Amino acid sequence: MMKRTIPMLLAMAAGIVMILAYFFPLLAPLQDKTTVWFNILAAVAFILGGGNLLKVHLKKVSDRREGWAYSMITLAAFVSVLAIGLFKLGVNPLDEFPTQRMAGDFRAEGSGFWYVYEYVFAPLTATIFSMLAFYVASAAFRAFRAKNLEAILLLGTAFVILLGRTAAGVFLTDFLPEEGMLANFRLENLTVWIMNNPVTAGNRAIMIGIALGTASVSLKILLGVDRSYLGGGD
Amino acid sequence: MTHATRRGNANFGVLLVLIGVAIAVLNAVAFHPGAGTQWTKRTEHVHTLEDGSEVRWTEHEAVSVKEGREMAALEEDAAPLFARTVGLWGAAILTLCIFSFLLGDNPLYKAAEAIVVGASAAYWMVIGFWETMVPNLLAGLFPGWTRDTFMPKLALEAETDYLLLIPLALSVLLLLRLAPKIGWISRWPTAFIIGVFCGLRFISSLEADFLSQIGPTIKPLIVMGENGFDLESSFSNIVLVLGTLACLVYFFFSVEHKGAVGKVARSGIWMLMITFGAAFGYTVMGRIALLAGRFEFLFDDWLWLIDPKDAHPAQAFLQTIAPMLT
Repeated sequence: MMKRTIPMLLAMAAGIVMILAYFFPLLAPLQDKTTVWFNILAAVAFILGGGNLLKVHLKKVSDRREGWAYSMITLAAFVSVLAIGLFKLGVNPLDEFPTQRMAGDFRAEGSGFWYVYEYVFAPLTATIFSMLAFYVASAAFRAFRAKNLEAILLLGTAFVILLGRTAAGVFLTDFLPEEGMLANFRLENLTVWIMNNPVTAGNRAIMIGIALGTASVSLKILLGVDRSYLGGGD
Repeated sequence: MTHATRRGNANFGVLLVLIGVAIAVLNAVAFHPGAGTQWTKRTEHVHTLEDGSEVRWTEHEAVSVKEGREMAALEEDAAPLFARTVGLWGAAILTLCIFSFLLGDNPLYKAAEAIVVGASAAYWMVIGFWETMVPNLLAGLFPGWTRDTFMPKLALEAETDYLLLIPLALSVLLLLRLAPKIGWISRWPTAFIIGVFCGLRFISSLEADFLSQIGPTIKPLIVMGENGFDLESSFSNIVLVLGTLACLVYFFFSVEHKGAVGKVARSGIWMLMITFGAAFGYTVMGRIALLAGRFEFLFDDWLWLIDPKDAHPAQAFLQTIAPMLT
């Protein structure tokens, strides 16, 4: 009862209120309140994530498992950034309220948290994502073989899009006229046409599929048919 | 790859980072003095309180090195800021550490990766706290205290909203997941989150992703323009409408893909392959743009070897050698 039925009823009630509020504007204030609660819980989920990270890495350090030194670095980075952000280290007060240092903008230029974003978070994440350029290229080189029509279409489109969005594409088909039917085959125009028509068609079908899938899964959860989110056990 | 080769690559990666840093130091000392320096314009804020005491702080606004030196020459308050220079050098070294993974896994990469994990988790926690918890939960439950401490602009007439005790209780229950014996209680807030998300997504996905996708797809297959039949628009519309239908047929698994249905489904696959090809092309371009951004950071902001933004006082390396090449 406490472990399965009540949470299931809670999910059903919360979800049905959100749906009914769309059809009955009288319920809109309730929907607004529920959305705020949802946002609060989503923010608490980050705290839960942080707590879990602490738990896992502290255990690894205390057990001296392989790579525990890196766990120490993770913990040090976590605690430092948390302290800098929560205590608003290096934050200047607002001009209107000079005595309230904690009222200052924690992301303002020059604050401790701004330093973390500017010199740690942004460069590290951008570099990690940029490295995918190498891996995508090497994986594509190894995996893509134009051995059937489907593969040719995929490779051909990628090639046209890549060329069409660069100066090289414009240069390569510069000999074609700028007006008339043949202008459509200039790489920059062909790219636009591909994006506006076949790619839009494919994306629309995918979006419609996702929407139907989302709606049906939502209904299954709200009607209590799918209870997998409650996990195993009683 | 053998263990010895992996170890060799790891050592090579560390060595290259160290060589990179050594070259950067040499460059900053000998070739481009002061490379990687960050300049700021300072503004002093002084507020005199009612009791006569003063509150002071200094605000730093980033300026390019060139601007900073010009300002300093005009006796404006601009100077290099040590903390930001250290920050930039740190960011550059961390960037090199991440790039060293291209040569194989190594301790410097792992350390940088550990920093990413810890810093990211804390970063999003801090954002969640200041942007969601404080204005939505603390300001509602303790308006007076929140106004005096964090949000002086909070309306004076704001009253305590006791209904917020519900999300507060659910938040506490959610955190109980960390306690193994009573972790099951966290199912309640989890169920609430899932229920609200399902309710919101049920409506929004049908409205935004389903209905709004169908409307623009219903287009005339034969388009008549001012000069009669418009071949280009008609062809485009045919590709769009039939392409969408063909893809949908491919996604419809209740009917076996044989005969006419199979042929239509196969043309749907072609459309999807074109879509995936375009997505692949854009992904590659996006990553290469990011990579170019990182190289620009290293060679422009850090080493001053290039100067696309005309920000450095010293002539950049490429500008120096360009006349020699021509």
